[in-house]
Amino acid sequence: MSKRSALPRALSALALASIFGSSAMADSGIAKRVAPCMTCHGKEGRATNDGYYPRIAGKPAGYLFNQLRNFRDGRREQYPLMTYLVQHLSDDYLKEMGEYFAAQDLPYPPPQPAAASPAILERGKSLAVDGDAARNIPACTSCHGKALTGVAPALPGLLGLPRDYLLGQFGAWREGARRATAPDCMGEITNRLSLEDINAVSSWLAAQPVPADAKPATSLPGKLPVECGSVQR
Amino acid sequence: MKRLALIFLILLAAVFAATAYFGLREDQVAASSSGGGDLVARGAYLARAGDCQACHTTRGGAPYAGGRAIRTPFGTIHAPNITPDNETGIGAWSTDDFWNALHNGKGKDGKLLYPAFPYPNYTRVTRADSDAMHAYFMSLPPVRQANKEPELRFPFNHRALLVAWRALYFRPAVFAEQPQKDAEWNRGAYLVQGLGHCSACHTQRNVFGATSDKRDLGGAMIPMLGWYAASLTGESEAGLGTWEVQHLVDLMKTGISARGVVSGPMSEVVRESLQHLSDADLRAMAVYLKSLPRAGAKESGTPAALTPENERVIKQGAALYEKHCVECHKDSGAGEPPHIPVLTGNHAVMLDSPANSIRAVMHGGYPPSTQGNPRPFGMPPFGNMLSDEEVAAVVSFVRNNWGNRASMVSGQQVNTYRTVQLD
Repeated sequence: MSKRSALPRALSALALASIFGSSAMADSGIAKRVAPCMTCHGKEGRATNDGYYPRIAGKPAGYLFNQLRNFRDGRREQYPLMTYLVQHLSDDYLKEMGEYFAAQDLPYPPPQPAAASPAILERGKSLAVDGDAARNIPACTSCHGKALTGVAPALPGLLGLPRDYLLGQFGAWREGARRATAPDCMGEITNRLSLEDINAVSSWLAAQPVPADAKPATSLPGKLPVECGSVQR
Repeated sequence: MKRLALIFLILLAAVFAATAYFGLREDQVAASSSGGGDLVARGAYLARAGDCQACHTTRGGAPYAGGRAIRTPFGTIHAPNITPDNETGIGAWSTDDFWNALHNGKGKDGKLLYPAFPYPNYTRVTRADSDAMHAYFMSLPPVRQANKEPELRFPFNHRALLVAWRALYFRPAVFAEQPQKDAEWNRGAYLVQGLGHCSACHTQRNVFGATSDKRDLGGAMIPMLGWYAASLTGESEAGLGTWEVQHLVDLMKTGISARGVVSGPMSEVVRESLQHLSDADLRAMAVYLKSLPRAGAKESGTPAALTPENERVIKQGAALYEKHCVECHKDSGAGEPPHIPVLTGNHAVMLDSPANSIRAVMHGGYPPSTQGNPRPFGMPPFGNMLSDEEVAAVVSFVRNNWGNRASMVSGQQVNTYRTVQLD
């Protein structure tokens, strides 16, 4: 078999695996192996929009793998339970776990009702969609995709996450408790945001409905505006 | 009166002299001949057997560059850099210096080392093995990373006190083979007592942090970590008596076995150390452990009296078990060994200290990825889903169902572990 035909065959196998999701996965037992993730992140990792725990279903596989490694290797110190759970697991296994949740294609619940004022939401939207060039703040969309559903394999979608979770991440970037492989782009961008910016953008993001096609985009809208150690190019 | 004072002074001086003698003595053995074979490879294997990496590497840090905080009841000690960097590591250490640390518990400059470094165990290591380990550490890439000073409470921050501690609790001596036992037993004893430093966790410590031979491997609460390290002795009602040698080898090699699954700090020991040892060495360790007589108090506690209140709690626990546990651990408590542990008759869930069971329910956990079991099944953390009382009920149920008998667990006991430091 030539190399050229290997890729389409692998892709169609992947497509089949996602159609027959549960039965194909049952062979490797992966669904049961990741059961510990689900007491917090919800059945199949779909979480809900009313809690704190982020949804992991449908996030890009590379992003999930990076985060699992960041917890294991001490770059993310926010959630000791996450570090505790994955601390003795291998790269291969963490990658497989990430791929399992990335392959889950499940409907999203409606967004949280926004409690913030229209002015705050407007400011959040403007930051998310346009950024603020004067302060060297790129738009969320320039990296996380035009629809903000992420860009495979490493950039996560930003919709369908609770506001408190988003605020928690910005707080952790500010405090240095959430780090990534250098250069840590989100850490740097967060340092340019005021608390008002963070509140505005988190409130707006949490209030947006997730589009029917919530899958991560396959390519970036343009050149990355900042260097990111987690994004391989 | 004067004479009495004089006698007293002489006695005092004698006590000081004896303390200084016993506390500072060294045991010198000349450097070994090369020992044959690939010295560095042998040293690498021995460093694995000693699990040096566990303390001398921080999470995500450069191997052996030190920095991990070792919490003790006396304060925190930061494991030093043992890469061959000349300034911050042990690059300038000779084989004699290395031996002096391992065997005599003294640093290069003669500084007395705190026994968080398990030299009371490592003193059993032969000079030839010490030299091989030295060769291995010298072969590593040097990493420049400064050591951190210990953060110990008064009076333990005074190293001079170690003279007294050593006089009382430390005698440098290489492992002496017991001629009436066979080679396998002796090899196992050498590894368990020496590099394996199993007693560092599995033997009860006294108020001064010293272990005693009388209680050797009889099981102990690990100071600061809040995990119970179960008895490793061979008696049948507890310990390893009913385990077959192969079960123990499986557990050490893969993290799972027909009899149980490793949890807590033992996961790290399996991942970083034991899985890398040869089957022959693991078998030797298992044979030695199974030969040990009971040490210390019995671990199984007083069974619960079946008062109406206890029965109510156990019933509540049964309902929770049915809802959350039964899918994996089964109605019969049989689990799916080796991946999902059997609960029926499992000594680990009936220990007098319910710490491990509470933590398993509350925080869950994965055994390690090993060559023999690269994709382990894990226990889900139920701490966010169940209240203290509910965790207590389900643990009490598991401890008192299918013929299991152990004490009841209270919500208050559970609560202790809700805020425990996890790593």
